[in-house]
Amino acid sequence: MSELVVPVLLTIITASTPLVFAAAGEVVVEKSGVLNLGVEGMMIVGAVVAFAVGVKTESATLAILSGATGGMLTAFIFGFLTLRLLANQVATGLALTIFGLGLSALIGHGFVGKTFSGLPKIGIPLLEQIPVLGSLLFVHDILVFLSVIAVFLITYVLNKTRLGLIIRAVGENHHAAHSIGYSVVWVRMGCILFGGSMAGLGGAYLSLAYTPLWVEGMTAGRGWIALALVVFASWRAWRAFFGAYLFGGITIIQLHAQGFGVDIASQFLSMLPYLATIVVLVLISNNSSRMMLNAPADLGKSFHASD
Amino acid sequence: MIRLELRGQVSERMVYCSPFFAVIMTLLSGMLIFSFLGVNPTQAIITFFVEPISSIDGIAELCVKATPLVLIAIGLSFCFKANIWNIGAEGQLTIGALAGGGLCLLFFNSSSQFLMPGMLIFGILGGMAWAGIPAFLKIRFGTNEILTSLMLTYIGLLILSYLIHGPWKDPEGQNFPESRLFQDAALLPIILDETRLHLGWIITLICVPVAWMLMTYHLIGFQIRVMGMAPMASNFAGFRGKNIIWISFLISGGLAGLAGTIEVAGPIGQIIPVISPGYGFTAIIVAFLGRLHPIGCLLSGLLMALTYLGGDNAQIELNLPNAVTGVFQGMLLFFLLASDVLVRYRIRIVSFKNKHRNIG
Amino acid sequence: MIDKKPILELLEISKAYPGVIANNRVNLEIKPGQIHALLGENGAGKSTLVKIIYGVQRCDSGKIKWEGSEVSQITPQIARKLGIGMVFQHFSLFDAMTVEENIALGIPANLANENLYQNIIDISEKYGLRLDPCRYVQTLSVGERQRIEVVRCLIQNPKLLIMDEPTSVLTPQEVDKLFKTLRRLSTQGVAILYISHKLQEIIDLCHVATIMRAGEVVDTCIPSEESPRSMAEMMMGANLMTPKKNERMISEKPYFCVNNLNHQSTMENGIDLKDITIQAHKGEILGVAGIAGNGQNELMEILSGEVRASDTSSVSIDQVSVGGLGPRKRRENGMGFVPEERLGHGAVPEMLLWENAFLSGYQSMKLMFNGFMNVAKSREYTEKIISSFKVKTPNVNVTANSLSGGNLQKFIFGREILQDPKVLIVFQPTWGVDAGSAAYIRQSLINIADRGAAVIVISQDLEELYEISDKISVICEGNLTKPKIIENISVEHVGLLMAGIKPLENDDLGDQ
Repeated sequence: MSELVVPVLLTIITASTPLVFAAAGEVVVEKSGVLNLGVEGMMIVGAVVAFAVGVKTESATLAILSGATGGMLTAFIFGFLTLRLLANQVATGLALTIFGLGLSALIGHGFVGKTFSGLPKIGIPLLEQIPVLGSLLFVHDILVFLSVIAVFLITYVLNKTRLGLIIRAVGENHHAAHSIGYSVVWVRMGCILFGGSMAGLGGAYLSLAYTPLWVEGMTAGRGWIALALVVFASWRAWRAFFGAYLFGGITIIQLHAQGFGVDIASQFLSMLPYLATIVVLVLISNNSSRMMLNAPADLGKSFHASD
Repeated sequence: MIRLELRGQVSERMVYCSPFFAVIMTLLSGMLIFSFLGVNPTQAIITFFVEPISSIDGIAELCVKATPLVLIAIGLSFCFKANIWNIGAEGQLTIGALAGGGLCLLFFNSSSQFLMPGMLIFGILGGMAWAGIPAFLKIRFGTNEILTSLMLTYIGLLILSYLIHGPWKDPEGQNFPESRLFQDAALLPIILDETRLHLGWIITLICVPVAWMLMTYHLIGFQIRVMGMAPMASNFAGFRGKNIIWISFLISGGLAGLAGTIEVAGPIGQIIPVISPGYGFTAIIVAFLGRLHPIGCLLSGLLMALTYLGGDNAQIELNLPNAVTGVFQGMLLFFLLASDVLVRYRIRIVSFKNKHRNIG
Repeated sequence: MIDKKPILELLEISKAYPGVIANNRVNLEIKPGQIHALLGENGAGKSTLVKIIYGVQRCDSGKIKWEGSEVSQITPQIARKLGIGMVFQHFSLFDAMTVEENIALGIPANLANENLYQNIIDISEKYGLRLDPCRYVQTLSVGERQRIEVVRCLIQNPKLLIMDEPTSVLTPQEVDKLFKTLRRLSTQGVAILYISHKLQEIIDLCHVATIMRAGEVVDTCIPSEESPRSMAEMMMGANLMTPKKNERMISEKPYFCVNNLNHQSTMENGIDLKDITIQAHKGEILGVAGIAGNGQNELMEILSGEVRASDTSSVSIDQVSVGGLGPRKRRENGMGFVPEERLGHGAVPEMLLWENAFLSGYQSMKLMFNGFMNVAKSREYTEKIISSFKVKTPNVNVTANSLSGGNLQKFIFGREILQDPKVLIVFQPTWGVDAGSAAYIRQSLINIADRGAAVIVISQDLEELYEISDKISVICEGNLTKPKIIENISVEHVGLLMAGIKPLENDDLGDQ
């Protein structure tokens, strides 16, 4: 049994990790009161930059770092426009996605058809020898471990540290945060850049580990699913983690259903994650008062000190 | 040191100036990118923006491309004015094309003169139905329309893929995932000989003034604008928020569906796996660049159509990747959003020394 | 105390916003232990000045000296380090966070340690400001919220405490308690900068008063040597016009009625309305007093029809049920409304004045033609509003947000009153409006009642209600008391009702 199930579970982990990165990063961004709809754009730029650097240098470390940087630089455009020039966050996020998709295709033009060796697997000593569980949970590439660590860190920082308190304060009431002396713009910029690098890592995982090659538009809407996950998780990183695995699971099971000869057109199975997102969105919006407790009150509002 | 200062009143002049700033900045940055790619920037700009429209055929082609963009952007303007973020126009276009095209496939023997108008109406209804889903979910459950309308786009594209791989596949098509070719009675008539310019362009030109009147001088347009700017004031006046959500979603979905049918009954002539190269998303830029005003949408739709033609031309002439188009479009929107700051704020340049003295 | 050196000196402070000079060469001196009033009407520049002291805003020019030495740049962090604490008018609190978290955010990191919980309890016991550090702010009353801000300051042992309009949200009894705390701090040597436009308070509490008008310091005085009248004249720079009340014909039967209305709030942390009964007669002004957040918003919504009543018969005009109708239909039945928020509720900020006139007047003034807006007629109507209500504006083609608060409020009142409503319901009619416009608006409320309309005024401003109302009710926690004839009920009595305490005295004289 485990011979059949373990590979499926392993592919679920691979399919979920990009979503974990992007969603957990966006949790931080939204907690600071910023709605960055450009996750898809930041992811795909991260993916192409990581892949290009990976192919050129053959270094996994450099590839990962540049993927994160690529996402961060893309996020900086968003931060500059929305925080300094007070552009509408929704429109800027959309522009970021359109721009990111175009730019990535331009950068990736010369890398279509190239391959990357993939990320090396790392086993955690001792734990990896546990039968079944060992190979399932403790032998992975660095990014899978990093995604789990990131979720723990984000949860800890947001809830248990002063930094987290300040981030939440800025997202909750930016005028109050400003009047007691916090720089709304810089706190938000920091969160946007962090979110960008996380999205970049999610993209890098796609092009370095998930498929190890570059395909135009390869994020295929994952950035948008990550955004839905943040709402689904009611702005909690650990819930976003489980949400990402739920969605990763649906994606993979849908693939295997075809393999097991389930007689449904593949397109209908491929719709499942999108349908599930809609269903989840409906369910949580129905229960809004409870969820609102954790939603940042100033989400999506521009801040100008003299207002 | 640059400081932003809130203007007492929105600058009317800047509202119309900022698109021009944006276009100029995009051209300049475009030249920069071209020289990065090792292409003579002036040559590239000419290839991109001048050559495609230096013939009658080119201009006709420009209008063909602009047709869906302008139609969708006008519809989106209603949504965005009402502060409703329908970003699923691509899906509404697809379902509209399927509804309109489906009617033709159902009556593939018919040569009735009512077929083509019927298709257009079905297209509108299809787009409306698809846009009605996020509208319903928003009104009934308060679900965020950005995400639902987008998810429905992916679902719409998968429905298209299913239909042409399965039930609607052309029985004589050597197993290609395409529908049968539409018969003549189903095609939009050509209005300029020797070109592909079709009736859809005329329909678009009619929509512009109608939408303008509706938006600026009709109570519906007024209600939409009030709700977008101040939802509480809309309640105060006694406008029904739910109706406004319905109306704006249905207008934009209907126009996107119309655009979809016009595409399959016009330049394409059958249903194929890719009906639109992202018109539904590009129209978002068109709508903003056109200041959410129907006439503005017409102008910016033509400009944006040019980036598509330019992208194709650059690919052929200069061997540049087609994706340059997307970069141009994204940059254009960035620059527009950036220069829009001038509408509400005045930029004050404060020299650092001066500022220090002021404080000290 | 006289010979003490000043702790804070402001020299020639100036600050301009686009179109407004908020502070013009302001000088001010505060000594330790002194309770120093900063007096001025709304818009005189008091709040801007204290925000400059606390470093929230930067001044354009001028010097700030702290304990004799110049401070070149102030941020709130630096201000706190110097020993300045501030209680904001619009609290700087975070609703979804606990009291402890809120306090931690407003103090230096080294104080926000594991002892903070105990510190909060100690300080709040010491000054009699009871606070539970674990409670979430959104569950607290306005008075409790203010305590958080005060404790947040006290925990840092401030040398100067700035209080911006602290009593505007408190009951008279809570005000007494606050004053006790402030006097105690003063004897401990803490300087207090007390901002208010309420004269009696300043006379009761403050040692010195600086009076501001239109961004400038116009006078200083010793409040205990002045009368409210003399200080008011310093503040306004002119003699006050008191509204004239005429004898009116009051209809025998109530014209607008709310009967035993229960309503669950649709707002977050809202107040449910319980068994509300209102009987408004023609030719009468009914005042509804109460502290903010006691159900006034909900009451306004249900009276205007922005939220429908679940029992449609519970609201009626002239015996016709209107509870199930929205604002548009209620206007058709002769109602008019002025909401609290001018920008964004009563008017669309970015729309032109004539469009804003169209907003609520399009039906009764017939400004439409086959579903299309009749622009010429709307402009004409707007001109009429502007001329009959003395709205200062260049023309009808400016946006609503370019008008000053007072002018816009006059415009909104004009728009409603010219539609000749039989029932007019207004919420905070003169909030943030200059004294001249406020007097004008109050007079126009009296005038429309003279002409036979039933008027309901929901306001937190007791002085205003005493000035114009014929009867007064008090709303507290969603309950509305029976109306009393204004001459038969004392301010103290109303204060107790506002706090939710049923006074023992059993006078039913005022009942109608």
